[in-house]
Amino acid sequence: MMAELGHYALALALGVALIQAIVPMVGAARGDRRWMAVAPSAALTQFGLLLFAFLALMQAYVTSDFSVLNVAANSHSLKPMLYKISGVWGNHEGSLLLWVSVMALFGSLVAVFGRNLPPGLKARTLAIQGLIASGFLLFMLFTSNPFDRLFPAPLEGNDLNPLLQDPGLAFHPPMLYVGYVGLSIVFSFACAALIEGKVDAAWARWVRPWTLLAWAFLTAGIALGSWWAYYELGWGGFWYWDPVENASFMPWLVATALLHSAIVVEKRDTLKSWTILLAIIGFSLSLIGTFLVRSGVLTSVHAFASDPERGVFILLLLCVSIGGSFALYAWRAPSLAGGGLFRPISREGALVLNNLLLTTASATVLLGTLYPLLLEIVTGDKISVGPPFFNATFVPIMVPLFVALGVGPFLPWKRADLSPVLRLLTVAFVFAVAVTAAAALVVWGKAAYALIGIAVAAWLAAATVTEIIRKAKPTASVTWGQAVRRLGNLPRAAWGMSAAHLGVAVVVAGATGASLLTEERIEAVRIGETVPVAGFEFVLTDVHTAPGPNYEATQGVFHVAPTGLTLVAENRKFFSNGQVTTEAAIESTLWYDLYAVLGDPAGDGRYTVRLYFKPLVPWLWIGSTLMVLGGFLSLSDRRLRVGAPRRSAAPAQAQPAE
Amino acid sequence: MTDTASPKPTSGRRWLFAALPLVLFAALAGAFFYQLRYGTDPKLIPSALIGDPVPQTVLEPLKSDKPGFGPDDFGPGSANGQPILVNVFASWCVPCRVEHPIISALARERGIPVYGLNSKDKREDAIRWLNELGDPYTRIGYDPLGRAGIDWGVYGYPETFLVSPKGEVVYKYVGPITPQVLEREFLPRLDAFAEGAQ
Amino acid sequence: MTALGDNRSSGRRRSPAARRKRTRLFLVLGGLVFLGAAVVLSLFALRENVNYFFGPTEVADGKVPDGAKFRIGGLVEIGSCRILGDGVTREFTVTDGAASVRVTYEGLLPSLFRDGQGVVALGRLDMQNVFIAEEVLAKHDETYMPTEAVEAMKRAGTWQEGEPDGGAKTVTGAGTTDPCKAL
Repeated sequence: MMAELGHYALALALGVALIQAIVPMVGAARGDRRWMAVAPSAALTQFGLLLFAFLALMQAYVTSDFSVLNVAANSHSLKPMLYKISGVWGNHEGSLLLWVSVMALFGSLVAVFGRNLPPGLKARTLAIQGLIASGFLLFMLFTSNPFDRLFPAPLEGNDLNPLLQDPGLAFHPPMLYVGYVGLSIVFSFACAALIEGKVDAAWARWVRPWTLLAWAFLTAGIALGSWWAYYELGWGGFWYWDPVENASFMPWLVATALLHSAIVVEKRDTLKSWTILLAIIGFSLSLIGTFLVRSGVLTSVHAFASDPERGVFILLLLCVSIGGSFALYAWRAPSLAGGGLFRPISREGALVLNNLLLTTASATVLLGTLYPLLLEIVTGDKISVGPPFFNATFVPIMVPLFVALGVGPFLPWKRADLSPVLRLLTVAFVFAVAVTAAAALVVWGKAAYALIGIAVAAWLAAATVTEIIRKAKPTASVTWGQAVRRLGNLPRAAWGMSAAHLGVAVVVAGATGASLLTEERIEAVRIGETVPVAGFEFVLTDVHTAPGPNYEATQGVFHVAPTGLTLVAENRKFFSNGQVTTEAAIESTLWYDLYAVLGDPAGDGRYTVRLYFKPLVPWLWIGSTLMVLGGFLSLSDRRLRVGAPRRSAAPAQAQPAE
Repeated sequence: MTDTASPKPTSGRRWLFAALPLVLFAALAGAFFYQLRYGTDPKLIPSALIGDPVPQTVLEPLKSDKPGFGPDDFGPGSANGQPILVNVFASWCVPCRVEHPIISALARERGIPVYGLNSKDKREDAIRWLNELGDPYTRIGYDPLGRAGIDWGVYGYPETFLVSPKGEVVYKYVGPITPQVLEREFLPRLDAFAEGAQ
Repeated sequence: MTALGDNRSSGRRRSPAARRKRTRLFLVLGGLVFLGAAVVLSLFALRENVNYFFGPTEVADGKVPDGAKFRIGGLVEIGSCRILGDGVTREFTVTDGAASVRVTYEGLLPSLFRDGQGVVALGRLDMQNVFIAEEVLAKHDETYMPTEAVEAMKRAGTWQEGEPDGGAKTVTGAGTTDPCKAL
């Protein structure tokens, strides 16, 4: 019964979304306030209906109602509650439902908190949201209904893919969806502004919090996914340049660029049509990523079950939304008036450089992801583009970005002089050289490339700290005591920027350690035997079986000298389908991870084991956390200004480019 | 436009710049469409077996009261000159459950012999599944390791092969048989055999 | 990138036209320099780091250039996987139904690696035409198969002549848990 009601709610939501797409748009064109006022109430109604549908599906999962096909295909009565719930979005249909629900939630947030928006902009933004939602709802109802029934109902479900039964992956998709959908709001704002033909500082202030929110969630989602791959796949890597990963990484790069270019629009009233273009591209790349992952056009280690029929429908959706918005852009963008002038060496110039590098980087990722597809069409050859391609293109583009990132926040708007800034950064430079030299003593001859990463990370961290100190102590006349007090009074956005930039430095260090400084041993050992790895001695002390809720685990116990740590690596065999998953044992310290994987019996009472020493890997997660924290700090500062476009009395002091 | 310096040529160029994303996207969408239509699609893969005799694999019976099958159970002299369907199924496979009523109706109403190929399954699970849903199969071969699956070229579950009265594999469908698939793919082929027999 | 060129000023200051031109020139030139650099980088990287795909039949036919790194795809032949004496190296056979290739891999196979399942491996052939894998990927579930594996079977299907296997085979026995047996 609930499933039928849920299905009905979906159909109703489609109707409401269509009304939301058409009536306010016509109203805005005619200047009819009453028609425009339909938008907020339609957005709220749509959210209510979709929330109901989502809860109905969740109820089916929680109660293990296997008469619902989706539940039977993806759940199991023995599954722990957390994974029954995360199972709702662990499959194609359910994840679409989550997507449209989050979209409706955000639409209703715009409806509720957007009281101060110009009515035309608000009506059009919500109308475009309604249009996107209609597309997704049509897609669900026609090709991917999560409420399809199954007769007769099976006694037991098929279970969620055991690889996905993991806390990291339970929350990875919702985070990414919040990110993607946040970008959809920005996209709608951009299209609405194009229709209105007006982009100004107020528009940028409106768009910034949404971009920031989307960016923070995307960052968190990508970091969680990377963390999952790191400990669950048992290969010890954190990033594989897999199409699925690239699908979320490209929107992230563009969102990062957008975050920075929107500042220029807000403060200096320039780069407008570029910013609009980024807003459109950000969401478009999210859609293209979804299409690539779900249509089976590209293969990936962890793709959704692919279905070409669905692919055609998503492609249609892409053509309407992306093609439509680009056409709108081609039509209206040339008439957007430009703004303030600036010199190459200036805050604007630095942010332009940031944008150029980030978009170039995302273009190379897109090229690497799509190249196999394009080549197959042209020559029929089946090829794959591996991590070496991405390392050879992405890294050389990012290194100058990180170096410039140390300098950019010091530059004033319009025009700047480099030499005083560089003088301020002498200490940071000396620090970076010292750290690199110290690192060289350790890694010389083993991984010389790693020194570049370490140098960049040290430079960026030191420059970021220098920048926040300079903000507190802008002149020599400010005493250190005053400086500390000023530090406490800095706007949260300033802290947010510094935290995020510092996070980048920490992630760079972590990525360097994880990819270039790792030491690895694969051995077949008997119980009691010792394997030395990077100065640690791993002893396999025991292998035994242990029961789990819906699986049986084989546990391998390692003692590590000289730290005295105990690592327990598991292989889980799931009852429902006999699938085996690897749970690596990972012991994290501030400076390194010890990582152990238990393999299968190798004869003569031996077990194959894989052991790693992975320096700096924890920094990947620390750095990501700092970035997300930075995003939310900035956001909490902005919240006071959600009431814009009232021209708030802008503080006279230099505003940070948060 | 406030630009007074040289409005005509620049606005032309502006328009070109602004249209560039649209052009690039159109090209990309074209490539996507081409790939969707003509690219590698597991469901459109012609089986290596099409036009060939059935594989030589002999399958042991799943149930004690129903025989398994091997190459001798196809071709002239078997099934009264009727075409035979070979349906690959497993109890853990949810789409198999979806197509089960359609397979049953086909066997019951048209009298088409359907051989079941129970692959990568536990024997007791498979028997329980058949007891619950009904058993439309004339013969059921048991293939716990999926070895026969390799010989038959099984890509996924479920899959259904159509074997001609001569014992040649003439068609295969990957995925659950829906009423539309039955109407579009299977019935015309079965009808053709029925006409040929008369 | 090119859209950056759109940003021109309404000109509020002195010598606006010249300055606007300079700003625009800087933007366009900057964009072009980066785009050019990225194109050059990508072309070089694509030349070096692209791996072709071959199926077992193509390997048997000697279609693989000598010493080339490539991907091979197909199904794991049942009961073919062995752990060699060192306890570390795994050896198994990948087949497309028509031809098969021996693959060795030093390390742990993915947990989804099983008899009869689709796999894709990246590596090179040695002198004895054994495929030395650097990386082995297995498919995630039954309803999804790496297209490379499918492609291999498709190609084998197109070129294959006659029977893949002569003689009748009988299958017995229950499912095994460990796909690889130690020698």
